[in-house]
Amino acid sequence: MTSPIRTLTRRSLLKGAGGLVVAFSVSRGFGPAAAQAVGTLKSVAEGVVDSYLSIDADGLVTVYSGKIDYGTGVRTGFAQMVAEELSVPLDRVSVIEGDTALTPDQGPTYGSLSTEVGGTAIRQAAATAREAMLTTVAERFDVDKASLTITDGVIGGGGQEISYGELLQGAQFALDVDEDAKLKDPATFTIVGQPIIRDGLPGKITGDFHYMQDFRRDGMAHARVVYPPAIKATLDDVDEASVAHLPDVQIVRKGDFLAVVAEDEWTAVRAAREIRASWTAKESLPDQAEIWEHVRQTPIVKDDVTSDIGNVDSAQGARELKATYDFALHTHGSIGPSCSVADFSDGKLISWSSSQATHRLRRQLANMFSMPEDDIRCIYIEGAGCYGRNGHEDAAADAALISREIGRPVRVQWMRHDEHGFAPHGPPTLIDLAAKIDDAGEVSAWTGEFFIPQGAGGRVALLGATFADLPTSQELNPGGITNDSAIPYRFPNIRTTCHRLETTPLRPSWIRAPGRMQNTFANECFLDEIAAELGVDPLAYRRGLIDQSDARGLEVLDRLAAFSKWDARPSPRETQGETTLTGRGMAYVKYELRRTYVGMVAEVTVDANSGAIRVNRVFVTQDCGQIINPAGVQAQLEGCVIQTTSRTLMEDLTFDRKMVTSLDWASYPIMRFKDVPEVHVDLIDRQNDVPWGVGEPAAVVVSAAISNAVFDAAGIRLRSVPFKPAKVRAALAELRG
Amino acid sequence: MSVSIEVNGTKHEIDGDPSMPLLYALRDQIGLRGAKFGCGLGQCGACTVIVDGRAVFSCLMPVSALEGRAVTTTEGLLEDGKPGKVHQAFIDEQAAQCGYCIAGMVMRAQHLLENNSDPSDDEILSGMQTNLCRCGTHAAIIRAVKRAART
Repeated sequence: MTSPIRTLTRRSLLKGAGGLVVAFSVSRGFGPAAAQAVGTLKSVAEGVVDSYLSIDADGLVTVYSGKIDYGTGVRTGFAQMVAEELSVPLDRVSVIEGDTALTPDQGPTYGSLSTEVGGTAIRQAAATAREAMLTTVAERFDVDKASLTITDGVIGGGGQEISYGELLQGAQFALDVDEDAKLKDPATFTIVGQPIIRDGLPGKITGDFHYMQDFRRDGMAHARVVYPPAIKATLDDVDEASVAHLPDVQIVRKGDFLAVVAEDEWTAVRAAREIRASWTAKESLPDQAEIWEHVRQTPIVKDDVTSDIGNVDSAQGARELKATYDFALHTHGSIGPSCSVADFSDGKLISWSSSQATHRLRRQLANMFSMPEDDIRCIYIEGAGCYGRNGHEDAAADAALISREIGRPVRVQWMRHDEHGFAPHGPPTLIDLAAKIDDAGEVSAWTGEFFIPQGAGGRVALLGATFADLPTSQELNPGGITNDSAIPYRFPNIRTTCHRLETTPLRPSWIRAPGRMQNTFANECFLDEIAAELGVDPLAYRRGLIDQSDARGLEVLDRLAAFSKWDARPSPRETQGETTLTGRGMAYVKYELRRTYVGMVAEVTVDANSGAIRVNRVFVTQDCGQIINPAGVQAQLEGCVIQTTSRTLMEDLTFDRKMVTSLDWASYPIMRFKDVPEVHVDLIDRQNDVPWGVGEPAAVVVSAAISNAVFDAAGIRLRSVPFKPAKVRAALAELRG
Repeated sequence: MSVSIEVNGTKHEIDGDPSMPLLYALRDQIGLRGAKFGCGLGQCGACTVIVDGRAVFSCLMPVSALEGRAVTTTEGLLEDGKPGKVHQAFIDEQAAQCGYCIAGMVMRAQHLLENNSDPSDDEILSGMQTNLCRCGTHAAIIRAVKRAART
């Protein structure tokens, strides 16, 4: 078999969409439908080659990944990394993701770590396998290992050749991953670094792709959950006669958990709409009009000091700047509501879902049903993008519970109001920043205080278990939200403290760049406020403050200035007309102070009459190290900018004392085409460096770049996300007296 | 009650509740996966199909309103089993991330181009305004619509 890739020059591939690109499928067929067994079917231990990789007798390579692709393109990236390392054509590599029976537990797919951690582990396994095969063949051919060559999965030397398939004959490697196994020289890459069309993309466009929402199981029923009219409520009574007019509807009631089951989907939808149930709804939520006072008054359970340099208290400085920032609750807003199919029979459970963390989900389901993990298999199927922990795992718990109750396979499809109302949400974030400036015009002290919920990126409570009064952890898990509270700038005295709050309104979880987005918004706005106070150019100011030995950071800022044709001067710009105000702002991040660098410039227009902000153009310069697939990186960057512009300008989850009230796209609007900014991307590719994540870093600088651009345009500081027109009008009115 | 609908050139008899939206007939009875359930409210466009030349939300349109009408889904734009013009433009621009909205986007673009073969940039934005994407693929989708208009 000859790969089309081998016939292409790197040059022609790099033309991207304009040149020839190669489509392929790494997910052969629709395998999970055949899955029956639970437990573990092969090696899944971390650090063992067979956990990540197998090669069959025909030379077909299967990659087993605990990290999953929910539209980000990492599945394609993993295949590229393995095909490259093994020197096999890409179309001979398939990828199985997130199946507890087959894939290692590489942790949840979050934190922009899939390629950096998951892909790197898989690549090292492939390198180990290749080196082991070369060693074996060198002995068999009685030649020097270094003299062997590999072409399309065929090892040759000394006038002989043997393919991987012939060599292995279906055998396993039975090797530990060798962390020192030599990796291929990037100078020889022909697959990594190419803009390969993402696996599944053509089928998504033609309708052929199988999403989780398309998955069907023989003998399967259709269910809808009926969640209460309040976040906390007890189910008093169900009027079974209210759905008696619908054919073959079954009601599942367990504690405060209520669901309806039917033979066809539409009947299930109708039953969920038409069933009459009476609930006692509790007022468990604070008054949203007083949300920030509520957050400030929530008891603090502990302080996490994320940086403490020098002594901010004794630092000298006559001038003091202070500002408070807040960032609203947001919802993930998956276009397809969560969905799962479960088959719970003979004391064993198979669960299909779009969970980002199937191994963790298995532990949660084992806990929920008090059964051994080995009796549960959780299988990932790609669904609508989730951007974090949305309702996928909850739908999985719902389906498992209903299947257990009715004794047959069942499909649960959440409705739009379930997703908007009951999926976990990004928590409200309140941040106080202060700086002292000394007589020389230097910042002598920087202090940050972050009021954020306690908890980390662990197991978010399963909703169905909570309502059904089955075991599930109730601890808060908003994600790793202390990240990027510390800053990349060198001031003599710095202290940043995260005040971890006992509670937060609504069940929290992580949404794209949790904490990093909110914290970077505040830090990068406040740095801009200082630059304006000092009357200096904000880009040059940042450049002078980062570690001067950090060449990559300096290069990002320099390239950003050139790429965006940065107008170097202090903000705000000189007074313009009264109504249409334009300006540019920028922001910078070194993600989590250790990886992907992003610099961003936003150009905005502010309509002083309406208060509407339009983001016209955004320029992004990014250094993420080695780029596996530039088309995938470009898509992630455009997505980071556009999605976060939507979050920054428009998005605001609303609730009353009982319940989320933004239950659809009318009450929780997101950006549509007419408001989308132009996005210009400048990628720094470092093929000899570690591949870092790209799904989150560019998102975190968007809000600050826009806020700083608005200040440049209009002289007002927007410190409260979202920047809705009413806030802009109020700030302008205050400015203009 | 039975309703006769032509879908992608093939006649289908749809039995059952006449208030059932077309989306459920397409997905659960006819077996076409392209049109997606997104909101059931006509707000997101993931379910967009073309009915007799009009782009409609199949999640709202009851089958009872479709007797004798012709429905086109993204699968109906295939040409001899291969991607059609709009499909190919979306593939060439890699205009999908999670892609859950994309079959609806393709139908919205098809409808736009059927009515305006040479749309201006503003006309493309207006034409696509109805459909939501959460991944932020808009820029690539706009490029794809422009590419489809050129070819």
